[in-house]
Amino acid sequence: MLRSMSKCLTFVRCALVVAAALLVLTGGPAVAAQDQPPQPQDEFVPVGNSPAPEQIPAAPLLIGAYIVVLGGLFFYVLSLSRRLGAVQQDVQRLEGELKRRGRA
Amino acid sequence: MPKWFSPTAILCGLMFVVSPVLIARSPDESAMGMVYKIYYYHMPSAWMFLLAPLVCGVSSALFLARGRAEDDRRAWAAAELTVLFGALTLITGPLWARRAWGTWWVWDARLTSSLVGWMIGWAYLILRRYGGPGSDKLAAGVALFGAVNVPFIFISVNYWRTIHPPTTVVPKLPVSMGVPLWFCVTAFLLLFILLMTMRLRLEVARTRLDALYVALDE
Amino acid sequence: MFARTAWLIFRKDLTVEVRSRETIATTLFFAVSAVLVFAFALVKEGRVVADAAAGILWIAIAFSGTLALGRTFERERYTDTLRALMLAPSDRPAIYAGKLAAVLAMILAAEVVLVPLVAFLFDAAFLKRPAMLAGLLVLGTLGFASVGTLFAAMLVRARSRDMLLPVLLYPIVVPVIIAGVQGTAALLQPAFDPAVVRFWLLLLVTFDVVFVVLALWTFEAVMSD
Repeated sequence: MLRSMSKCLTFVRCALVVAAALLVLTGGPAVAAQDQPPQPQDEFVPVGNSPAPEQIPAAPLLIGAYIVVLGGLFFYVLSLSRRLGAVQQDVQRLEGELKRRGRA
Repeated sequence: MPKWFSPTAILCGLMFVVSPVLIARSPDESAMGMVYKIYYYHMPSAWMFLLAPLVCGVSSALFLARGRAEDDRRAWAAAELTVLFGALTLITGPLWARRAWGTWWVWDARLTSSLVGWMIGWAYLILRRYGGPGSDKLAAGVALFGAVNVPFIFISVNYWRTIHPPTTVVPKLPVSMGVPLWFCVTAFLLLFILLMTMRLRLEVARTRLDALYVALDE
Repeated sequence: MFARTAWLIFRKDLTVEVRSRETIATTLFFAVSAVLVFAFALVKEGRVVADAAAGILWIAIAFSGTLALGRTFERERYTDTLRALMLAPSDRPAIYAGKLAAVLAMILAAEVVLVPLVAFLFDAAFLKRPAMLAGLLVLGTLGFASVGTLFAAMLVRARSRDMLLPVLLYPIVVPVIIAGVQGTAALLQPAFDPAVVRFWLLLLVTFDVVFVVLALWTFEAVMSD
C-alpha cells in the first residue's frame, strides 16, 4: 500500500503542477474579461474623527457582532465542560463498578 | 489537563477582556467609519476558520495513512472548531457588510467557498454522529476534500474581482490598527489551542468510557 | 494491469445497465421531473427568467446524478459484489477508476437527452456552441462523479447512507456545479466571449485533477478494511 501511495503522491504533484500552470497561462485574460464589480478597498485608512452616522447606524451592528462572538465562544466552552463533566462522571461510576466486581 | 493549560487559559481570558478596550481606542476608518472595527474579531475568526480544516485535513490524512486513534480524535476536534469559527465568521461578516457594502450577502467567490467550507464541517460532524461504525474513516475522506477547499477560499479573493477586501489589506495596516489586530489574532490563536486541548480531552475520556463499558460486559 | 481491471469493471457495469436499463431510465425521468419543477418555479408571465436554463440544467444533473450513484452502489451492496472486488487481487484505484467510468457514462447518457430538452423548453441557445458545451458537461460531470463515486462506495456499508450521500456530496461539488453553471450561462450571453468560457473550462480541469487524484488515494486508504 505504501508503494502505491508514494506513486500516487508523485502523480499528485505532477498533476497539480500541470493544472496550475495551465490555469495561470490561460486564466489571466479570462479573468480580465469579467464584469467589474465595485472596486474593493485596497487598504484601510485611519482617520482622526469619526464621521457622522449615516443610513444604517453602525453601533448596533458593531455591538451585535461582538456579543455574537463572545457569546458563541462562551457557550461553546460551556458545552464542552458540560460534556466533559458528564463523561468523567460516567467514567468514575464505571470504574467504581469494575472495582466492586473485581473484588466480588 | 496539562500544566500549561490553566495559566494559558487565564492569559487568554485576560486578553479577551482587554481587547475591547484596545479596539475602542483604535482610530475609525475613513471610508467605513466605526463599523470596520468588527474586523478585529471577524478576521481572527476567519483565520481560525481557515486553520481548523487544515488541521482536520492533515490529521485525517495521517489517520488514513497510519491508523492511529489520536489522529482521528484531533480531526474530529478540528472539525468542531471549523463549525464554531465558521459560524462566528459568517455572522460577523454580514453584520459588517450590511453597513460597508449595503447588503447582507453577495454570492462572490470568497463568501460562497467559505459557506461551502462551513457546510463541509457540518457534513463531517453529521457523518460522525449518524454514520455508525466505520464512519471515522469515511469522515477522514470527507475532511481531505474540505482541506482542499481552504486554499481556494484564501486565494479566491485575490484572483476574482470581488467586493471583499483582498489579502493585501493586512500588510498595509498602519500601526494604530495593526496592534489591536495582532493582539486579537494572538488571543484567538491561544483560544484555538485551548479549545482543541479541551475537546481532545473529551474524546480521550469518551474512549476510556467505551473501554470501560466493554470491560464491564465481559 | 490497472487499465485492464478498470476496463473490466467498466464493461461489467455497463453490461448490467444496458440489460436492465434501470438506472438510466429512473435517472432520466427524475431529471426531467426536476426540470419541470424548476421551470414552474421560475416562470414569469409564461416565460422563464433569463439565464435560468443553465442553472436548471446543472441542478437537474446534480440531483439525478446523485440518484444514479445511489442506485449503482445499492446494487453492489445488495449482491455484495463490492466486497468480492476488494478481496480480488486487483489494484484498488483501478476498481475506483472502473466504477467512475461507468457512473460517468450513465450520467452523460442521461445528459444527451436532457440537454436538448432543456434547450428546447427554455429556448436556450447553448447548442449553438456544441464543442464548448460538451467540454463543460464532460468536465463538470467528471468532477461531480469523481467525488460521488468515492463517497457512494465509502457509504455502501454505512448507516443512513441514503441521507448521508447528498449531505456529504453537495458541499464538496458546489464549486464544480458553479463552474458548470457559469460556463453554460456564458454560452447564452448575447455578447459571447469565448475567453470567459475557457476560464471556466480550465477551472473545471483543475477541480477534476485535484478531485480525481485525491479520490484515487482516499479510495485505497478508506476501503482497505
